[in-house]
Amino acid sequence: MTEKWTSRLILGLTLIFLIGPFLIIIIAGLSAGQSLAFPPDGISLKWYLKVFEIESFRDSFILSMALAIFGTLIALALGVPAAYALNRYEIPYAETIKTIVAAPIIVPGIIVGLALLRYLVLPIGLTVTLALFFAHTALVLPYAVRVVSSSMTNLRSDMEEAAVLLGCTRLSAFFKVVLPNIKGGVLAAFILGFVTSFNQVPVSLFLSGPGVRTLPIDMLAYMEITYDPSVAALSALLAFLSVGIVFLAEKFLGFSRYV
Amino acid sequence: MSSPYILLKDLTLAYGDMVAVPKLNFSCDKGELIALLGPSGCGKTTTMRSIAGLLAPQSGQIYIDGKDVTNVPANKREIGLMFQSYALFPHLSGFENVAFGLRIKKLPEAEIVEKTNKGLDTVGLLHLANRKPSEMSGGQQQRLALARSMVMEPKVLLLDEPLSNLDARLRLEMRAELQRVQRETGITMIFVTHDQSEALALADRIVLMKDGLIEQIGTPDELYNKPTSVFAADFLGFENIFEVSNNVIIGDAGKMSLDFKSESGHLAWRPSGVKIGQGKYKAVVKSVAFAGERREYVLDAEIGVIMADVSAQKKSYKIGESLAFDLPKSEAHFIEQAS
Ligand SMILES: Nc1ncnc2c1ncn2[C@@H]1O[C@H](COP(=O)(O)OP(=O)(O)O)[C@@H](O)[C@H]1O
Ligand SMILES: [Mg+2]
Repeated sequence: MTEKWTSRLILGLTLIFLIGPFLIIIIAGLSAGQSLAFPPDGISLKWYLKVFEIESFRDSFILSMALAIFGTLIALALGVPAAYALNRYEIPYAETIKTIVAAPIIVPGIIVGLALLRYLVLPIGLTVTLALFFAHTALVLPYAVRVVSSSMTNLRSDMEEAAVLLGCTRLSAFFKVVLPNIKGGVLAAFILGFVTSFNQVPVSLFLSGPGVRTLPIDMLAYMEITYDPSVAALSALLAFLSVGIVFLAEKFLGFSRYV
Repeated sequence: MSSPYILLKDLTLAYGDMVAVPKLNFSCDKGELIALLGPSGCGKTTTMRSIAGLLAPQSGQIYIDGKDVTNVPANKREIGLMFQSYALFPHLSGFENVAFGLRIKKLPEAEIVEKTNKGLDTVGLLHLANRKPSEMSGGQQQRLALARSMVMEPKVLLLDEPLSNLDARLRLEMRAELQRVQRETGITMIFVTHDQSEALALADRIVLMKDGLIEQIGTPDELYNKPTSVFAADFLGFENIFEVSNNVIIGDAGKMSLDFKSESGHLAWRPSGVKIGQGKYKAVVKSVAFAGERREYVLDAEIGVIMADVSAQKKSYKIGESLAFDLPKSEAHFIEQAS
C-alpha cells in the first residue's frame, strides 16, 4: 500500500517538475501589468495579442519557420538515403559512420555554433542566413538518420527484390515499396527535426547578424532590453504549437514508436 | 533434339571469396517441374537467385529459351520468384499487390483489372482483393504471392521453399494448388525444398544438391529407388547404410559377415526393409516409438545402430529386450561408391 502511494507521489512530483515551469509561463503571460512577474499583476490577454504586433518577432518567426522546414527537408533528403544505405548494404565501418553522423547530438551546440562561425562565416564570408541553414540541416541530420533507420530495420530487402523481378528498377523499387513503408518514420523524423530546429538556441546564438535572428535568439535579445510579459506569452504560444504538433503526430502516426 | 529451355553452364556463384556453388551444370525442358532438393545451406537459394538475376555469377552462363541472359538485369529477365517469406507489399491491398507488375508494364487499366481479377480468381482470393496482406492468413498470403508472380506470365517460375512455412494440412492443399497451376498453364517451374517427400510428390525431376554440387539428377522414381551415392541414399530415407568389403559389412561399432555375396561398396536398407524377430544377427532394443500403423525401433547391434520399422500388428519388443534381426538381400540397395 505505502509502495503504491510512494510511487504516486514521485509521479506527481515529476509531473509538477516538468509541467510547472510551463504553467508559470502561461500564467505570467496573462499578466495585466507592465513587467514580467509571477504571480502576475491582474489578468488580461493583452500580452498574448501584443506578441503579434512586434515586428522583429514576426521576421524572426518567419526565419525560424523557414529554417525548420527547409533545413529539415534537406536533412531528410540526405538522411533517408544515408539511413537506407547504412541498413541495406554492407558498408565498411558502418558503425563508425553512424557514430560520426550522430556526433552533433553528442557535441555541445555551442561548439558547433562557434566552429561554424570561426571557420565558415568569418573566413569564407558565408552569409549568416546560409550558415544558419547549414547549421540547422547538420543539426537535424542525426535525428533524420536515426529515426528513419529505426523505421527501416524491420523492412526486409526481399520486398525490393520482388519489386525488381516485377519490372521495377532499383530506384523505382525504392520509391514504390520502400518509401511508402517508412513514411511514418520519415514524417516522425520531420516533426522531430522541425521541433529541434525551431527550438534550437546554442548554435543560432553565434549565427545572428543584422536583421537575421532566429526566434529564440530574438526573444533573448528582446528580454535583455524590454522586460515585459510578451516574452512569456510568446513562449507559451510556441510551447502550445510544439505540443500541438507532437499530439497530432502521436494521434495519427503513433509518433512515440519512432523516437 | 531441341535445345533445353533453361541451361546453366559452368555456373559459379560466390559471396565475396566464398564460393557457394562451383561449376553448376543443369538443363531442363519447357514445362518441366523441377525440384531443387538438398539440406539447408547447400546453395539452393543461391542458385535460384542467380537464375532470377539477383546474384551475378562469378563465371559461367545462364541460357533461357535459347538466349544468353547472364547479363540481362533482373527486371528484364521475365522470371518470377516466389520468396520464402512471400515478400508481399504490406502497404498495398491484395489487388494492388497482384496488379503491381502489370502497372510497371504500363498496360491499359482495363487490361490490368481483368488480368488481376483473373489471377486472384485462379488462386481463390477474389473475395479478399481489398484486404492488406497483414489481414490474410499464411496460406492466403502465399497464394497472393503466387498470383502476383503468375499474372506476369513469366518464362520460368521459381519458388523458394514454397511449402515450408505452412502447417501440414495447408501444405497438402498448396501442393495440389501448385500442381494444378502448373498443369493448367504449362509453365516451367523450379522449386526449392529440403523435404524429400515434397520433392518426390511434386516434381517431374529432382536435382539433389550437396555443398553447392549436384549429387544426382533424376525422376522421383530413380532417386527414391536408385540413389547413386551414400549421401543421396541417406537423404532419401535409407537410414541403414554400411560399407561392404569382401562380404563383410563394416559399421561404426564393428563388423558382421554378410550371408550373401556382394561387390565392394556400400549397402543400404530402409528401416522398413529390416526384418526383426528372426535372422542371423542379434541386437538389443535401444528405443521404440509407436507411430500408429507402425512401430519404429532403434536397435543396438554389433555393427552399430540399426533403424527398423515394422507393422504395429507384429509382436512388439520392449526397451532392453534382445532380438534377432536380418538385413535381407531382397531389400538391399547397392551403391558402387567406396569410402
Ligand atoms: N548473403 C550471403 N553472404 C554470404 N554467404 C551467404 C549468403 N547467403 C548464403 N550464403 C552462404 O552460401 C551457402 C548457400 O546458401 P543458400 O543458397 O542460402 O543455401 P540453401 O538455400 O540451400 O539453404 C551457405 O553456406 C550460406 O552460408
Ligand atoms: Mg534457402
